Amino acid sequence: MRTFKIVVLLALVVMLLSACAAPTPTPAPKPTEAPKPTTAPAQPTAAPKPTDAPKPTEAPKPTVAPTKAAEPTKAPEPTKAAAPTSAPAAGGTLKIAILAPLSGPVPTFGVMTRDGALLAIEEWNAKGGVNGMKIQAVVEDSQCTPDPAVNAANKVIDQDKVKFIIGEVCSKASIPVSEIANAKKIIQISPTSTNTDVTVGKDGKAKDYIFRACFIDPFQGQVGAKFATENLKAKTAFIMLDQANDYVKGLAEEFEKAFVKSGGKVVGKENYTAKDTDFSAILAKVAAAKPDVIYLPDYYNIVNLAAKQAKEKGITAPFLGGDGWDSSDLDLKAADGGFFTNHYSPDSTAPEAVAFLKNFGAKYKDAKGNAAVPDALAALAYDATNLMLTAIKDAGSDDTTKVKPALEKISFQGVSGKITFDALHNPVKSATILQVKGGKVSFAAQVAP
Amino acid sequence: MQKANAAQQPSSNRRPGARLAWIGQGFLLLLAIMVVIILGRNLIDNPELFIQIIISGLQLGFVYALIALGYTMVYGIVKLINFAHGDVFMVGAFVSYYAVARFQLHVWPSAFFPDLDPLVTVTLGSLSVILLSMITCAALAITIERVAYKPLRDAPRIAALITAIGVSFFLEFFGALSFVFSPRFIPYQRPFDVVTWYIKDGIYLVEPGKAPPAGSITFSNILLIIAVASILVQVFLQFLVRKTKIGKAMRAVAFDKPTARLMGINVDAIITTTFAIGAAFAGLGGVLYAIAYSSIWSQLGILPGLKAFVAAVLGGIGSIPGAFIGALIMGQAESLTAGYISTPMRDAIAFTILILVLLVRPTGIFGEPEKEKA
Repeated sequence: MRTFKIVVLLALVVMLLSACAAPTPTPAPKPTEAPKPTTAPAQPTAAPKPTDAPKPTEAPKPTVAPTKAAEPTKAPEPTKAAAPTSAPAAGGTLKIAILAPLSGPVPTFGVMTRDGALLAIEEWNAKGGVNGMKIQAVVEDSQCTPDPAVNAANKVIDQDKVKFIIGEVCSKASIPVSEIANAKKIIQISPTSTNTDVTVGKDGKAKDYIFRACFIDPFQGQVGAKFATENLKAKTAFIMLDQANDYVKGLAEEFEKAFVKSGGKVVGKENYTAKDTDFSAILAKVAAAKPDVIYLPDYYNIVNLAAKQAKEKGITAPFLGGDGWDSSDLDLKAADGGFFTNHYSPDSTAPEAVAFLKNFGAKYKDAKGNAAVPDALAALAYDATNLMLTAIKDAGSDDTTKVKPALEKISFQGVSGKITFDALHNPVKSATILQVKGGKVSFAAQVAP
Repeated sequence: MQKANAAQQPSSNRRPGARLAWIGQGFLLLLAIMVVIILGRNLIDNPELFIQIIISGLQLGFVYALIALGYTMVYGIVKLINFAHGDVFMVGAFVSYYAVARFQLHVWPSAFFPDLDPLVTVTLGSLSVILLSMITCAALAITIERVAYKPLRDAPRIAALITAIGVSFFLEFFGALSFVFSPRFIPYQRPFDVVTWYIKDGIYLVEPGKAPPAGSITFSNILLIIAVASILVQVFLQFLVRKTKIGKAMRAVAFDKPTARLMGINVDAIITTTFAIGAAFAGLGGVLYAIAYSSIWSQLGILPGLKAFVAAVLGGIGSIPGAFIGALIMGQAESLTAGYISTPMRDAIAFTILILVLLVRPTGIFGEPEKEKA
């Protein structure tokens, strides 16, 4: 019997360890902390096969590396390649680097980012450039990985003499790039990296020359709370969270703070773990507490389970979540009636967004030859590029020490909302609320913080 | 058991051992009193919530019972803890998923006999899905038994156990390959719809989109199906083991393999049958579990498998009614922990129970102390 005991316990320990250590297939969960492609509800098939999308019109020959050595940045070498025509070519060229993961784990993110940024540059060139200078894009593949990203950054800064960088997409690549850029007084705007450390240095202060165009995760909690109290008129909320997941925890905490601050009451807060499948005990409490909304800022797999089980228990309060819901695997029937915060929706009715959708579709085609639908990454890259160029225009110069203050006090109406920057160089902007209804995800509201 | 007794007797003579045992027992008693007080207070505070939690525990417990049967039967006969059992359960869930989502097996009756009553159609369709899963699981278990366990029949027990863990890992990670089941969470498509009722001065249907009134208790058709299936399986197994020839042969093999062989029983065939029966019920459990909790992935089987194993040990491994009772206790323990302590604690509680059982009564509730033969 004793051997039995020992054997059983040993075996159990092994199994448990394996169960815990097994690579949880955290289902495509923000592998990069970048917003996932928005499920384009209107044409679900049009998930634009990005890699072969923009071939036809790749206008500004991206990597035109000036082989002649150390030329001064303002060397008035005229833009070659397919520069649009209406250019008065007065003051030379302005180079903007786009660091995007065109290969590596998330190539679709990179392609969308590049396309969004190139569209913005093309539009500016069509209007005559900025401060009389033509804009030239230098596209580098940074692979969503620190080393290639650093190499690419060094190359564009030292060799191409670029002073403005759009990128990277992934936080883990943006952070090392930001160290280099900040030290060399190069302005960097990351369109989609949500990690705080991208713009904030070790001293807790903003890195002078680094900005981002997306809101950071906790912000979604605040917007969610605002949407719950103002649009849904909710007075009570129930929060479900996975303490072990920083993303979920961050959103839930911010939601709670903001919700309580605006006069709401949190009637319950329950933990689960990422491996749970049975939510009935938590849902029994939800049913007893009768909240107006249930906040569940987790990934779609948990949402599928919890929302379905809630429906079956007759719980009618809507679920509310963050951009972790944004997946083609979200069970639209289970999540029906739910809302989630996101960066951008192609259904947005703001004039900038409508124009962006049209121009993007005109410039890029998907595999079937239909107009490509931009996702949140494309929209944010487009906004980031526009922010950069607007600031350069406001500063009246391409001197980064003058562009930086211009960026800090910018007020810019972008595709993903109106953008200003706070002290930590995070954008203060509105978020898009998407609604799951009738088997599709559609635009519900634009909520300013 | 012989050894455990031998270990206990000297310990009661020796001072420190006796004192330690006293402390342990007192601690356990204290723990039990605390649990009863907490539960009692909650019952008085909010009886509806309490009953609701008990109901969700019942649902879990009945599923565990289906899995635990396989553990206990196999252990009873070959003294092997078949850790791959939980993964057979997972395969059962996936087979039913593909049958429903890919091949629309659940609607075949309406394709052939369009005039049938919809209730009959759904029942027939669902039953065929479940049957397919059970058969596939049985076939899988037979294969596993032939390939991995049979060659080790005369090897030390630990070798077979390690092999079982290996098979378990193989199934999990082979299933995680993208061309097999993929490592993603897959939303499960049910062969039939869930209907929920609530109890408050009578039983009423919960209308979709309408909340049941406050203080009502809800339950669903899935709970009923799981409970009925689990109890039927229990009765069937009792009948099989006690009243049929094959059951008699099983008991003989469990008691003494060489002698059974001398009496003309085909021991290998009996062992294979046992594996197949256990796996078929695991497959049934997998389908019902997937229907109840409706999201599946390649490591679905690990935790339910382990908990069912704890249930089997708690009930007394080798004993069929023991597995059933143990599973129901496990379901309640888990559900009450999730309801009144916190959800992440429930796995910890499940395995604490295992440790307590092994410490206090290693043979479990229904287990008989091992006889001289071992």
